[in-house]
This record gives sequence, C-alpha cells and structure tokens, in this order.
Amino acid sequence: MSRLAVDGLSLRFGGLEALAGISLDIAEHALYAVIGPNGAGKTSFFNCLTGYYRPSAGTVSLDGRDITRMAVPDVAALGIRRTFQNVRVFPRLSAHENVLAGAHLRSSASLVGTLLGTPAMRRAERALADEAQRWLEYVGLADKSRVLAADLPYGMRKRLEVARALMGQPSVLLLDEPAAGVSSVEREELVAVIRRTWESGVTVVMIEHDVELVMQLATRVAVLQRGRLLVEGSPEDVRTDQRVVEAYLGRRRG
Amino acid sequence: MANGSSSPPGTSDIGSDVSARGIRAAAEPSRPAARRAGASGGPRPDSRLATMARNRSALIVLAALAAAAILPETGQGNYVMSIAVQIEILMCLVLGLNFVVGYAGMLDLGFAAFFAIGAYMTGLLSVDLHWPILATIPPAIGAALLGAVFVGLPTLRLRSDYLAVVTLGFGEIIQEVVTNLNQTGGPEGISGIPPLRIGGLVVTTNDGYYNVFLVLVLVFVAVSFRVRHSRLGRAWLAIREDEDTAQAMGIKVRRFKLYAYMAGSVFGSITGSLYGSAFIAIAPPSFGFNESLLVVMAVSIGGIGSIWGGLLGAGIVVAFPEVFRQFAQARLLVFGVVLVLIMVLRPQGVWPESGLGLDRAARFVARFPGRRGEAIAARRRAAGVERTP
Amino acid sequence: MSWNVVFPDIVAGLFLGAFLALIAVGYSMVYGILRLINFAHGDFYMAAAFVSYAVLGAVTVGTKVNWGNVIWVGLVTMIAGGVLAVCVERLVYRPMSRAAILSLMIAALGVSQILENGVLNIPSWGSNYLPYPVTPPSNGFSVASVHYTWTQLGIVVIAVVLIVAVYWIVNHTMLGTAMRAVAQDRAATTLMGINTDRIISLVFFIGGALAGAAAVMASLYYGQINYLMGFSIGLQAFTAAVLGGIGSVAGAAIGGLMLGILESVGTGLFGAQWALMFAFGALVLTLWVRPTGLLGERVGQRV
Repeated sequence: MSRLAVDGLSLRFGGLEALAGISLDIAEHALYAVIGPNGAGKTSFFNCLTGYYRPSAGTVSLDGRDITRMAVPDVAALGIRRTFQNVRVFPRLSAHENVLAGAHLRSSASLVGTLLGTPAMRRAERALADEAQRWLEYVGLADKSRVLAADLPYGMRKRLEVARALMGQPSVLLLDEPAAGVSSVEREELVAVIRRTWESGVTVVMIEHDVELVMQLATRVAVLQRGRLLVEGSPEDVRTDQRVVEAYLGRRRG
Repeated sequence: MANGSSSPPGTSDIGSDVSARGIRAAAEPSRPAARRAGASGGPRPDSRLATMARNRSALIVLAALAAAAILPETGQGNYVMSIAVQIEILMCLVLGLNFVVGYAGMLDLGFAAFFAIGAYMTGLLSVDLHWPILATIPPAIGAALLGAVFVGLPTLRLRSDYLAVVTLGFGEIIQEVVTNLNQTGGPEGISGIPPLRIGGLVVTTNDGYYNVFLVLVLVFVAVSFRVRHSRLGRAWLAIREDEDTAQAMGIKVRRFKLYAYMAGSVFGSITGSLYGSAFIAIAPPSFGFNESLLVVMAVSIGGIGSIWGGLLGAGIVVAFPEVFRQFAQARLLVFGVVLVLIMVLRPQGVWPESGLGLDRAARFVARFPGRRGEAIAARRRAAGVERTP
Repeated sequence: MSWNVVFPDIVAGLFLGAFLALIAVGYSMVYGILRLINFAHGDFYMAAAFVSYAVLGAVTVGTKVNWGNVIWVGLVTMIAGGVLAVCVERLVYRPMSRAAILSLMIAALGVSQILENGVLNIPSWGSNYLPYPVTPPSNGFSVASVHYTWTQLGIVVIAVVLIVAVYWIVNHTMLGTAMRAVAQDRAATTLMGINTDRIISLVFFIGGALAGAAAVMASLYYGQINYLMGFSIGLQAFTAAVLGGIGSVAGAAIGGLMLGILESVGTGLFGAQWALMFAFGALVLTLWVRPTGLLGERVGQRV
C-alpha cells in the first residue's frame, strides 16, 4: 500500500503552470528522491503535499485518505513533517527551543495545568526537554542547545531543522534540498542522519540537486521537468534514461 | 566530527503508529575526526562570563524586588508613591500586551481598550449597583474576553500590518463609545468608585494600593513565566518567529493568535478594574491612543517578549519625564526618538530575553588594550571559550 | 433622505476624496514597494502643511490670495514633503531593511511621534488650530442650488492631474516598470542591475510630494491646520488604499474617492464625530469580505 499517492496533480499561478498532471506513488518506507532542473516544480510539489498550496487539479492521499484540501496544521497532525529549501528555523529561539517547538502536537497541556505548574505538568515538560536534547545529540548539535538559531552557521541550522522535524515523530519526512550549500563534511553528517532516520522506519521524501547523493541513498527516484513527471523508477533506471540525460545536460548535437 | 547518537530518541515515548516506528539498529555513526581542544564537541561548559552575566541578572532582579517590597516603609512622600503606583500599573499593562506583541508577535495599537473595559465595568457595577470591587472583576474580565473574541475572530487572520490598524480602530471606538454614552458618564466619566476591600481590610492609602499593585505585578510575572515555558508560550513564539513554519509544526495559528489576544485582554481588564478603585474616578482621556502607544513603547524599548525588559521599559517610560522635568512636555518627542533609535540600533530592546548583553559587552571591553582587557581575555581562554591566539 | 440633502454631501465627498486619494496613492506605493504601513505618512502631510503655512505666511500680506505665491509655495511644499519622506527612508527604514516587520512598524510609530510632537513643541504653534494665511476667494458657480468655488474645482482638477501623472509614470515608463519590479521581487531586480535603493527612495519622494500637494490643497480648503491633522487623515487614507487595493495607484485613487463620498454622506446623516468610525467600518468590511480590495493584486504566499 502506498503511503503517499499523488494523482493528476496540477498547479497554476495565473498563466504559469507550475505542475502539470503529476501522478506517482510513494511506498511505505521508501527513501524517495525528487530531482529535476531548477524551476521544475519540486518545491511547489512539496507545498501541495503539505497544504501550503491548493492544487488546481488532482489529489494527494495519505494512506488512502484524501488530504488535498487540508490545511497545513491538519496535514502536520497526520504525521507529515518537512524542512525548507531556505532553512526556516526560528531565529530568535535557542536550538533547544526550536526542537521543542516541534513537539507541539505531542503534548496536550491544559491551561490550568500550565498556570498552576502541577507535578504532572512539570514531569511532561521535563520529558519533552530531555527528548529535545537527545534529538539535538542525534543530529550532532548537543553542545549548541542554548545558542540562538540565528547565530548558528548554515549547516548547523539545516541539521537543527531536521531535529525539529523529527521531534514531531513524523511518519513521513519531506526534506527540501537537505544537502544544498553545505560543505562536504557536513554533507556526510547529513547523509548519516537521513539514513539513520530512514532506517528507523520513517518514509523519507527528498528533493535534491545532488545526483550523487540521490544515487547513494534513494530507493526510488522521480524526475520532474517544467512541472511534468519525466521519468520515475529505480535510481539506476533513472540515471541511464536518455530523457533525463537530455533534461540535465541538453541534447547532443549532431 | 559527527557526535550523533546511534538510534533515534523518544521512540519508547508517546505511542504513534507502531509500524512506522519499528526500529532497527542503525549503522554506527562515522568516527569523530580529531577535535581541537575546547573548540567543539561535548557539552560546552558555560563560559564563566555567561554565568556571571546570568547571575548578575538574577541579582539585579532580587535587589529590585527587595527594594520594591520595602519602599512603603521608607517613608517616601505621596509624590514618589504615586509615581511608583503608575509604574506598577504600566508594568501590568506591559505584561498583558507582552502576550500579544512580545510572544505572538502581533502589533496591537488599541490595548487601552481592554484597560478601559475593565475600568468602566468596575466603575459601573460598583457605583451604580454597589457591588464590591472584587466582585466586579470577573464580569469585567468576561466583557473584555467578549470584546477580544468579537474583534479578534474576524481580524486575527489578517497580516500584521492590517491588524495593527484594526486594533487601533478598536481602541478609538471604545474611547468614542465611553465618551458619548450617558451610561458611562460621558466626557466626565465615572467618579466615586469605592475602595478595594479584601476580607476585612479596606485599601485607602497610596501605600496600600502600592502593595496591591505590587502583588498584581508579581502574579502577572509568575503567570507570564509559566506560560512562557509551556506549550502555549512556545506556540506563540513560533508564530512570532515564522507563522508559516509554525503551521507546519501543527500549530493552528489563528486559534493561538486569538488566545494571545484574549490573554492580553484579561490582564488589561484586571488592571483597569483595580485602577478605577485606586484612582476613585475614571474619565475617557485616560484610555486613548496615547495610552496604548505608551504601553507599546514600554514593551519595545524594554525588550519585546522579555518579561524583565518589559518591566524595565515601564519604569523608564513613567520615570523619565519625572526625572527629567524639563523634558516632560516633550516626553513623547523624546520617546519617539528613543523608540526609533532602539528599533534601528538595537531592535531587541534594552533587556531582551537573551540577557542584557553583559557577556558581549565584556568581550567588547576585552578587546581594548590594558590590564582589564588582558585579565578578561585570560579568564576566557582558561574557560576554553576563546581560542588561544 | 432626499437627493437635495445628499447631493451636496456627495460633492463634498469628492473634495475629501481628492485629498484622500493623493495621500492614499503615496501610502499604497510605499506599501507596495516595502510591504510596510508607513504610519508616519499622514504626518508627512501634516509637516508639509506646516511648512507651507510658514512659507506662505512669510510672503503673504493680508489674507488675499496671490495665486502666484500659492503655486510656487505649493511646489516648494511638494519638494519639502518629498525630501522629508526620503530622509525618513534613508535614516530609519533603510538601515532596518533586514529587520522584522514588527520592528519596522514600531519605528514608523516612533517617526510619527517625532513629527507630531516636534510640531507640538514649537512654541508659536503648539496644539492650536492655526488659520491658514490665505483665504481663497469665494467666487464660483452653482450646481443644483449649491455654490461651489473655482478654487474647489481647481483643487480637484490638480489632484486628478497629479494622480494621472503618477499613474502614467508607474504604468507606462521604464522607471515605473522598475518600481513595479522592485515591489514584486527586490532580489531579482537587483540582479538585473537596477539600483533598488534609489528606486525605493524615489517612491518615497513621490509619496511625500503627493502628500505635500494634498497638504496645501486641504489647508486652502479647510482654512486651518493642526498638529494632529495627519493622524486622522492618515488612517483614512490607509483605509482608502486598502479599499481600492493596496499596491495599486488606480485602486488608491478610486478608494480615496469612494471613502470620501462614503464619509461625507455618513457624517452628513449621522454627525461629524462618526467620520473615523465610518472609515474603520469600511476598513474592517473590506478586509473581511475582499482583503485584496477592488483592484489589488493577490499577495502570494511564498514558501
């Protein structure tokens, strides 16, 4: 059974067709990569999946349930978490608080409990705080827990974003260009984190430009070009597909 | 250099879909590369200066509290005590507005409306119906909450800029209403509001109300702290920092914005109720845009979202024209300049959550040549904070 | 509610609408380019009015209008308004280009306070309602048994001319295209080699100049000025801009006109103290029902 099923997804902005009739299935526990040249519609695709954009046509289903027109927080409540292409951590909160923010849906604090500071309340807060710290360790940011997110270098902010997403205990994790703009050392760390997360049972969908990374990690690949699905298959199939080569490198002359 | 742990934490916690959570032993993390001593890796020991700075903040707060508690005993005249009460009242209003502006990040330019609702409800119920002051507080809160919901529900989904103007309008409308309605005493307002009775005690003196408002400030501070470090507070902060991303965490932004607005209205209303009792008479001019603006200024100058900063801001805003009497007439002009300067140069305010910046100030001093700078630099090196040159 | 009663109010509303439109266009353009409600914009209008008051007062003998004087003082005032706007932009908003919108709005409030209280604290001005140095002549014409002066007509004509000129600049010149480009995507526009800072300053200048023109016209029309005149009209102009569609010159103009008529008719029926109430009512209704206004662009969500 597929986790995420997309059928005939189209998205128009006035005269611009960002997505045109995309249909694909993301299987449970896949490490699915979406690649394609710039402007292919990859981020728009993510935005449709998560509810930021309302598609002009088509459907998105999670475990068979139609989530096409759901609001963003409701989609998140179903277990989908994401990171953003232009890393959106909460700048004036510490790394620890950033991760804690990801736990919003997991606690159900009552107003009275909050105001009175009941022991149950304190215990729950303590547990969350400890877990947040452990997630920071998981992505290698344990010693930065008090640092403001705005003061962290780019690569660390990317990892922080992942920790925050993981704190929400997602069943589906969408990563928008996780390896963009990071040094090769940081890239290795990120790859390790992604692999660990995937192996723990999370379905991972990732947008990436780095073809090597995709070949390294992905179980299945979809190639988008100008809003259309060009090719979809295993990494090897995609790598050798003539259309993909042309899309990236252009047509051979002569 | 990876020091991540090998398996995802929290998996034995709150149960979610088990099939998705099936854990298998993950691959070993890559070997950590050789680390430079003290530069990274491992939990960093808090720099001694940071600890000193935080302790210093705590000391300042404690000293201020002690001073505040004994102030009435030191035999200050009525003048000083009335200034002190004004500061306390502004502090309460600041803490209320702090939920809206400081935590949720919404610019509210009509906060005086809730102050007015509290004052007028108490005034009306106590003068016309002879209710005891304490009994008027719950209905006043109810009225304020109604107002908050009525205004907030349709407008809180608006962009922050539009919201600012709409809240301004709400403030103006409330002031217009109480000025023009006969029941609220028209332009003369309501007078003869009875004093506060708590148990057998009747509060009639400046000192008495000073203590009443001091308790209110402390209660508001405690509530603010509790809320700040709770799911509610974190949701607000996330909304302030980045609304769209907050939604991706599952936060229902519109609902929580309304909660912030409601929380602010409660604080404003309670303060208004007690204000009426303390000052015996209330009149429309005290509840206008200028008043809303003063609260916004106090919050902004002190530190948006910072509890201590807000209190400091309130103190500055009230005390300044008293201390610098020659500027009293031009105080709004001076505050305007201060406000602009702070927004341009130090938008986080004088005392933001990240502290007074004494740590950074010390570092700045350390750059200067001379014995003091050398001493500070040497201590920092020893603490492993700065790299040896 | 007979036509005879309402008609004069409608026409009065046209005049009010002309001033509102001029100020609203400035508001709208600045918002379009910076996504900032410049709370100080109404106070540019007020400051310009006081400048014209001072200059005109210095050169006028008696109270009879010397149209030559009025015209060049008007131009001077427009320039003064533009310069003031640019100064505020350079000194306050530009250094804050990366700050959170909340901080920017608070800074705008601060500027507004500086201008208002600056005027308040000048001893010879204070909080008084100062009569304008010149009184326009009352010769005119009659329509439907109500008397209108040539001055009033001239005001409307000049306002229309100015707005059309700005509309033309924004929509039919390279400069205007650059302005619209900056409003849509500043980063990309910089990459095209356009000096976005200068464009932004220019937009502020135009907005301030229009406010200056409105200031002279309104002062002639109403006959008096006061340090708080910017506050109220600023809010109304903002409402007009939202009504017509923020970011659009034509929208601001139409919004100004509509709001002017609405307020005029409303206060005619219910009393003058309700003017602001009408404005706010219109604002809330617009934001509720059609937030993009009549002609406004869809402000997209970028994620």
